[in-house]
Amino acid sequence: MIDRDAVLHVAALARLELNSEEVERMAAELSAVLGHIEKISELDLEGVEPTSRVVELENVLRPDIPQPSLPVEVALAQAPAVSGGGFSVPGSGA
Amino acid sequence: MTTSYEPVIGLEIHVQLSTKTKMFCACELSFGEQPNSRTCPVCLGMPGTLPVVNARAIDFGLLIGLALGSEIAPRSIFHRKNYFYPDLPKGYQISQFDIPLCLGGRLGEVAIHRVHLEEDAAKLTHQGTSGRINDADSSVVDFNRGGTPLVEIVTEPDIYSAAQAREWLTLLRTTLRQLGVSDVNMEEGSLRCDANISIRPVGETTLGTKTELKNMNSFRFIERGIDAEIARQVALVEAGQTVAQETLHFDPASGTLTSLRSKEDSHDYRYFPEPDLVPIVVTQAMLAQAHAALPELPAQRAQRFELDFALTAEIARMLAFRTELGDYFEAAVGSRDCDDPAAIASWVTGELVARLGDGDPGDSKVTPQALSKLVGLVSTKQLTSGAGKSVLDRLVADGGDPAAVMESEGLAAMDSGDELAEAVADAIAANPDAVAKLRDGKEQAIGALIGHVMRETKGRADGGEVTRLVREQLGL
Amino acid sequence: MSEILDLTAAAAGAAVRSGELGASELFEFYRQRAQDDQLNAFTWVAEATPGEAAIDGPLSGVPLAVKDLFCTKGIVSQSGSRILEGFRPPYSATVVEQLENAGAPLFAKTNQDEFAMGSSNENSAFGPVFNPWDVTRVPGGSSGGSAAAVAAGSAPWALGTDTGGSIRQPASFCGIVGLKPTYGAVSRYGMIAFASSLDQAGVLTRDVTDAALLLSEMVGRDPRDSTSLEYPGSLVLPTGRDLSGIRLGVPEELTEGVEGIEPGVRAVFDDALRTAESMGATVETCRLPHAPHALSAYYLIAPAEASANLSRYDGVRFGLRVEGDGDLKEMYERTRSAGFGPEVKRRIMLGTYALSSGYYDAYYGRAQRVRTKIAEDFNTAFESFDFIVTPTSPSVAFKLGARTADPLAMYLSDYFTVPMSLAGIPAISIPAGLSEGLPVGLQIAGPAFSEQRILEAAYALEGAFAFDASGARRSGSK
Ligand SMILES: [Mg+2]
Ligand SMILES: [Zn+2]
Repeated sequence: MIDRDAVLHVAALARLELNSEEVERMAAELSAVLGHIEKISELDLEGVEPTSRVVELENVLRPDIPQPSLPVEVALAQAPAVSGGGFSVPGSGA
Repeated sequence: MTTSYEPVIGLEIHVQLSTKTKMFCACELSFGEQPNSRTCPVCLGMPGTLPVVNARAIDFGLLIGLALGSEIAPRSIFHRKNYFYPDLPKGYQISQFDIPLCLGGRLGEVAIHRVHLEEDAAKLTHQGTSGRINDADSSVVDFNRGGTPLVEIVTEPDIYSAAQAREWLTLLRTTLRQLGVSDVNMEEGSLRCDANISIRPVGETTLGTKTELKNMNSFRFIERGIDAEIARQVALVEAGQTVAQETLHFDPASGTLTSLRSKEDSHDYRYFPEPDLVPIVVTQAMLAQAHAALPELPAQRAQRFELDFALTAEIARMLAFRTELGDYFEAAVGSRDCDDPAAIASWVTGELVARLGDGDPGDSKVTPQALSKLVGLVSTKQLTSGAGKSVLDRLVADGGDPAAVMESEGLAAMDSGDELAEAVADAIAANPDAVAKLRDGKEQAIGALIGHVMRETKGRADGGEVTRLVREQLGL
Repeated sequence: MSEILDLTAAAAGAAVRSGELGASELFEFYRQRAQDDQLNAFTWVAEATPGEAAIDGPLSGVPLAVKDLFCTKGIVSQSGSRILEGFRPPYSATVVEQLENAGAPLFAKTNQDEFAMGSSNENSAFGPVFNPWDVTRVPGGSSGGSAAAVAAGSAPWALGTDTGGSIRQPASFCGIVGLKPTYGAVSRYGMIAFASSLDQAGVLTRDVTDAALLLSEMVGRDPRDSTSLEYPGSLVLPTGRDLSGIRLGVPEELTEGVEGIEPGVRAVFDDALRTAESMGATVETCRLPHAPHALSAYYLIAPAEASANLSRYDGVRFGLRVEGDGDLKEMYERTRSAGFGPEVKRRIMLGTYALSSGYYDAYYGRAQRVRTKIAEDFNTAFESFDFIVTPTSPSVAFKLGARTADPLAMYLSDYFTVPMSLAGIPAISIPAGLSEGLPVGLQIAGPAFSEQRILEAAYALEGAFAFDASGARRSGSK
């Protein structure tokens, strides 16, 4: 029910590089799991509101008061590549 | 038979809010600080960190919604908009999706589709040779801007020319500035505009295929960019081709449009409700506070000018849409040196703007009271309008009192005594051709005679009086 | 030293307070035990014992082990993943700060399934954890390191997190107490997210008293977590002796005719119910009509949220980066493919698919509606019952490798724990007996914020069960 092409499309969206063996395995495994999950399509959920969160909170707001930021060297300390005071990333390709 | 086309334009405007801190963390907003010096674990998207909504951003959003006459959602939520890009630290932007804070509304003649809150992306600097991302070898990310509160305003496709787009954006900018919610500076990126453009044969009501013109960073470029895109689409259609749905970039230097590489993900943003935040439920207190904070807005001010001062709609808008002109006008009227507000309005929007351009007249040497006096002198015919313009030239250059300038320059209007009768007689004698034509019933020939008198009297003569004297002396 | 080993955390704290035991001595004892751990339960152990800096506060200096996924300032925090290789956060999770301030110093971090995705602790970049009851078996997951460490006596107590059963199931497998609080009771700030609407920090302890003591210092609203709540009332040490008047509901849908529930587990569960009745409780069948669909809803909602939560691992700001041939997309894909293990990739794929254009309504949207029905089912049940009770897991600890080839079989391990997670309600697992020599947990779930009542009931039952875990405590460390 989820074929090779679907796996490749989803992998591209998720920025995952899968080799062809992984693609096959993923297609089989996801199909099995989705096959089980499909059972919820039998439920009558007409008029049922979706639940995105279980806490009944609203308007949790923060006053607009500045707090200290991180020192630049701390902000950059975990970065794999730094250049000119910023996080360095490869270009988007030609 | 040739078809003529009409453009249909909708705008999407991103406005950086002038809160003190970011949308979801307490980092101070940045104004050119050292890169990455205004960041914290939250706005760097570090693991385990969570967003908390800035209350003032909500207040500003409400203010904008009220100003645009939008319907305020009783309960709005945030979504995650998922895509990968280095300027987006979490791999998703927290934005509002199907339940925005404000829906609908209108500003001027343009209907508003929606107004929603979101967070800004970081700044990406490309280090390739051309500076364009497609050629960049590498890029550097500065997260100072990342997380700045943004309001996105989306209009209906209600705009029918590039000039109208520009004029409307001016109104929007003035409105936002009046609200005090943003610096609205296009060059600095606090106001950014995308345009959706399509064309259709005049008379058609369905919309053509639209293209999106991205991120134009000045009012002038917006107008030029839209015009260029309209021309491109018309040329395509006239050549029998179709317009492709794509995103374009306008290069103001060369005046060309280039297609931005379409995103490989075909915009599958996989929106879903942000589980780290709870709904915004606008309370009566929040609404009351926003109502109380609402200043008079340019559109309302224009209406008031029209009603209270009997101004034409056009002049009322010229004054109200430029806050500083409106303020100057009101100060001039308030000085009570002239009881003709319409005349003051026409002098401000005409003669004064012609001399000061985009400058604020409040900063000029012409005080509102001086202008009011000047217009009063003209209205009471102590000064002809031509001489009045000369006085204004002096006031702009040196300031001072108009009556004093009039005296010292000898510009006071001539009364209709012997001196003026003599000048008219001279004009008749010097222009036999015009006199002949006038006698033949060619009324416009009188212009030459009036012009002669004006030249001779340095514009101190009253045009109406001259006309009367010409006809009297010729026995017409 | 064996004396210290036999002390619960509360008892050790009392010894420190009375001066019988030095806080440093206690810290050093567990530091050594963790250092000598044979179960691969730890990812980091303190290098030294802090000097005799008097540790005030209600937790009296009893050292704490926390799951790797809690951010700990300056200390590697990887959530069991290679993609966070060497990540030292410049901040600590709120709950870690709270507990340190309450006098429980951090002494070790524990192994876990990568990003808390798993039920066996076999999905860890640090390798699997072994069950101290039988080292050929899994400790459960995802908080497997915390459960194994506490069961083996190499940690006095530990923090875990529970998204679909990740505290309760390993507690059950390891014969200890595991409590997942009400969603929102404990701050999530600094907890490396798996599924934001489900993740909740909780405790893994030797007994119910320790659970109450540790949890009492964790609850409360955190201004850094918009979904955290002010805890109504305060938590105190339980004193319950019986269960008179307590109505226990046994959900028909979860216990009758369920495939895969082991007879030995069933027997311990039935015994536990009889014990409860003998203590004054009434036991009746109740209905949770949508509970059989909980697993399906869970395996859509959790992966969907995870797919977004894990997008930040992109090789830009922290953690692993694997360069491709210089192109941005290539760097993203190589980094993520090298950094994530197979289970994490599977769930990212599943979640991305469930949210993608054209599938949202059928999968994610539907799952959220099922979630609504499940929460309603619990609300209805709690009108007639004080608690819902089930076995914590359909099975005892299984053999290492037994389910790794079949993701679906692995997912079914969460059958009894996932419904409570979806409803956001609190639940505890306490050891109720043995099957084939391995622990079996009893799950007790109550309405939101009923932790104190759950603890009272669990405490009373614990006394009656008199479960002996001392054997496992001697097996896990040199
Ligand atoms: Mg936007
Ligand atoms: Zn920040």
